[in-house]
Amino acid sequence: MQRRDYLLKKIFFAIVTLIAVVVFNFFLFRILPGDPVKLIIHSPRMTKEAQAKIRQNFGLDKPVWWNQEEFLTDGLVGGLDTQFTAYLVNLTKGDLGISFANRQDVSEILKERVWKTLILIGLGTVLAILIGVGLGMLAAWRRGSRLDTALLLIGLFTWAMPTFFFGIILLMLSGGIFPIGGMVSPGLKPEDGLKYWLDIGHHLVLPTVTLTILYMSEYMLIMRSSVVEVLSEDFILTAKAKGLNAFQIFRDHALKNAMLPMVTIIALTLGYTVGGAIQVETVFSWPGLGRLMFEAVQKRDYPVLQGVFLLLAVSVIIANLLADMLYAVLDPRVKPE
Amino acid sequence: MNSLEVKNLSVEYLNEKGDHLIAVENLSFSIPQGKSLGLVGESGCGKTTVMLSLMRLLPEAGRITSGQVFLNGLDLMRISEKEIQKIRWKEIAMVFQGAMNALNPVRTVESQIVEALMVHEILSSKADATKRAGELLELVGIPSKRGKQYPFQFSGGMRQRAVIAMALSCSPKVLIADEPTTALDVMVQAQITDLLQRLQKEMNLSLVLVTHDLGVVAEICDDVLVMYGGVMAEHADSDSLFNRASHPYTQRLLQAFPDIANPGSKLASIPGVPPRLNALPPGCRFEPRCDLRIAGLCEKIQPPVIQISEGHSASCHLLARGDQHD
Amino acid sequence: MNTKDKIWRAFIRKPMALVGLGMLLVVILMAVIGPFFAPYDPNQRVDVQPSDILAPPDAQHWLGRDDAGKDVLSLLIYGARVSLIVGFVSAFFSMLIGTVVGLAAGYFGGRVNNILMRITDFLMVIPDLPLMLVIVSVWGRGLWKIIFVIVLLHWTYTARLVRSQVISIKERQYVMRARSMGASDVRIITKHILPQVLPLIFAQAVLDISSSIIAESTLSFLGLGDPTLISWGMMLNFAFERAISRMAWWFLLPPGIAIVWVSLSIILIGNALEELLNPRLKTHHLFDPRRMIAIQAPVESAHSESEATG
Repeated sequence: MQRRDYLLKKIFFAIVTLIAVVVFNFFLFRILPGDPVKLIIHSPRMTKEAQAKIRQNFGLDKPVWWNQEEFLTDGLVGGLDTQFTAYLVNLTKGDLGISFANRQDVSEILKERVWKTLILIGLGTVLAILIGVGLGMLAAWRRGSRLDTALLLIGLFTWAMPTFFFGIILLMLSGGIFPIGGMVSPGLKPEDGLKYWLDIGHHLVLPTVTLTILYMSEYMLIMRSSVVEVLSEDFILTAKAKGLNAFQIFRDHALKNAMLPMVTIIALTLGYTVGGAIQVETVFSWPGLGRLMFEAVQKRDYPVLQGVFLLLAVSVIIANLLADMLYAVLDPRVKPE
Repeated sequence: MNSLEVKNLSVEYLNEKGDHLIAVENLSFSIPQGKSLGLVGESGCGKTTVMLSLMRLLPEAGRITSGQVFLNGLDLMRISEKEIQKIRWKEIAMVFQGAMNALNPVRTVESQIVEALMVHEILSSKADATKRAGELLELVGIPSKRGKQYPFQFSGGMRQRAVIAMALSCSPKVLIADEPTTALDVMVQAQITDLLQRLQKEMNLSLVLVTHDLGVVAEICDDVLVMYGGVMAEHADSDSLFNRASHPYTQRLLQAFPDIANPGSKLASIPGVPPRLNALPPGCRFEPRCDLRIAGLCEKIQPPVIQISEGHSASCHLLARGDQHD
Repeated sequence: MNTKDKIWRAFIRKPMALVGLGMLLVVILMAVIGPFFAPYDPNQRVDVQPSDILAPPDAQHWLGRDDAGKDVLSLLIYGARVSLIVGFVSAFFSMLIGTVVGLAAGYFGGRVNNILMRITDFLMVIPDLPLMLVIVSVWGRGLWKIIFVIVLLHWTYTARLVRSQVISIKERQYVMRARSMGASDVRIITKHILPQVLPLIFAQAVLDISSSIIAESTLSFLGLGDPTLISWGMMLNFAFERAISRMAWWFLLPPGIAIVWVSLSIILIGNALEELLNPRLKTHHLFDPRRMIAIQAPVESAHSESEATG
């Protein structure tokens, strides 16, 4: 019962946050000084069609929040004929506007890039968790040993190191063995089959290693302290007294308990993982959402910026919710705060 | 037949500085099958260390320096880790101090009993083991369907009873209960004590009850072993101990308990503090706090174990000289 | 000897703290008096020849020259100021706002708590870097704008920490006694609760300095730094764009190393402070406020039960 309440509360909160993010996203680009949309629409680079489409999309001829005129003639529906409503309606249709830079549909651009970022983050995070958890367990087992101290020092350094700089260092060190950037060598296409995919893999190595090493030490430290803490608990002694061997004790008693803080940490660091991806993709020119955001910043491509931000924020919120659910599955003691 | 026989057990701990802290020295006792022994003493006198040593559950810093522990004839100190894993719980089980946290909080109570049953192959199917777990819970007064709940959903007393049920799941010959009633309120304490007594009789268990509460000992123990500073002070059957206590420490201990027949009498506490393990006196451990000490003897030489009568012994110089004290 | 002196003395004894302090001092000196000793003034226009662009180190330019022909060492020295200013100012305001919010939420509870916590949770869920990027690109570049976005995202950690501390302190005997004697809320907060919470906040603020410095350098690297100032992040931005193909390590590495150097120094200091001021926290969460919260969360729910029953 407790658990159910906890989950309901978390789902409710996630929904509220999503709504808040959607509103916030709109607010950000319209209200802040230097209304970008108005500036760009008068840019000579825009064709008449593009201008009309933008005007239509953003409903720039309409008021921002509330349409008093139309309210008087058409009632509530008229009153809601505003930029904000247009934004919401477009959102439900999956229409995120068009890019200022190349006039593509923002949602198309995002679709194209999403999986590239997912590969990178997915691979990097999974590896980081696996290696981090493993090393953490090892360090906890051999507490105080040189391995342990070495790992602690590594942890220290990776926390002080900005992600992008670590990427630059790796880039400089790898000199020649791995490609300097991009996802695929020029000329190769998916039709080339295995060669194509191997080439992608080749390009994937450095950016993934950057992410993996940085995040792995985070997970390693948490796992280590978590395992150390759990092993000192009374129920571990009980398990030993019951005649379980070390492996059984670890697998059936220590592991689950030690993983609890891990799940929380993974949830907490999801936002940072996204930030890390932005930096890594920029440094290695990996054509994902992160690099897209960087390019959009440089080109002042606000619709794209807005679209990417929304997508990233929504993803992180949902991922957090999933992590909360996972936590509830693991720990029956959870209660709504 | 003695189900448990401990001979000359000595245990020490190594601290960070490398000091050898002698927690238990030369302890010997035995328990016939079906009888109960109360192990009494102040906090830090070594009672828990003794119990952990029996099952070889000492923490890393602990070391058994000498002694033999015979469980139905088998010396537990001589067998391998693998062999003792088979014996733990099945032949000798333990109910820990502070059973609040003895149960894994993220697993159901039932599953933890099932685990004990299946690890020792008492039952081979999970369904059978689950059923048996339910029966065991009923045995200690917990409705079997509550087994599917988690420890945090049980009250303190219930958790203690669940832990007892779990300990008895493999029908061991010996059950050690380390301070089972501490941290429980008085009503619950009585329930637990009654439960232990009943189960002991029903299952013909040898029970070792570790406690600082003489009242509980008086109620359910056949024999009593009083420890002080890691050594035996006095060992006797219950009747002899309470009526003819011979060791000065035991006598003071008995005096320190409120007498319900004499409510107005002053509570006598024992002045001083227990000995520090890294500064143990060469002579009698109790000497600094003893008002019957013999100057020049007690602080220099450890007292020998004197047999006072059948099944009653104490380690005190006074007894050696034939001076009896009431 | 009062508490402050005691803490200071214990602090000095830790090797980690001394190393950190030493490292930080170097950077502070660099920022404060460095400009007087810098071989060149990066703000002055120089006449450069093509061969000066990205010139490798030599006797006149110990760290070579950048993509505009300027002396890298001087740039490095001048860049220290921005990092330190952003770091300390951001941490200060984060601490301030976080403390106020945490105190209010923890002490008053109820609706105040709910509203404040919802805001806090909202800001914590949103990914940091994307939000910072979006705000700065729309709003415009500038030092104070950078400080603003960093504070916007960082105060939440302090708030959470303070709140959970306040909640546990609130229930303690001496607070209840003060309440029953009729002490006003302000008095209770300032006299009983705040002193307890301050060490925790302080340690947290120190660690926040390093994450603020890294945040600024990241924003600058991505092109959103203050264009009127020299910062290490911006140096890396130029270096990456222009020097990577030539592998001009003298331009690429020093700013990054400097960032790591200053972060490390602060982490060492912060960590030493943590150990000193919070020995109770069994699991030393090592340099990360996020971890602190994570470790507290499960511990709170797990042990509150057993603590209650004894």
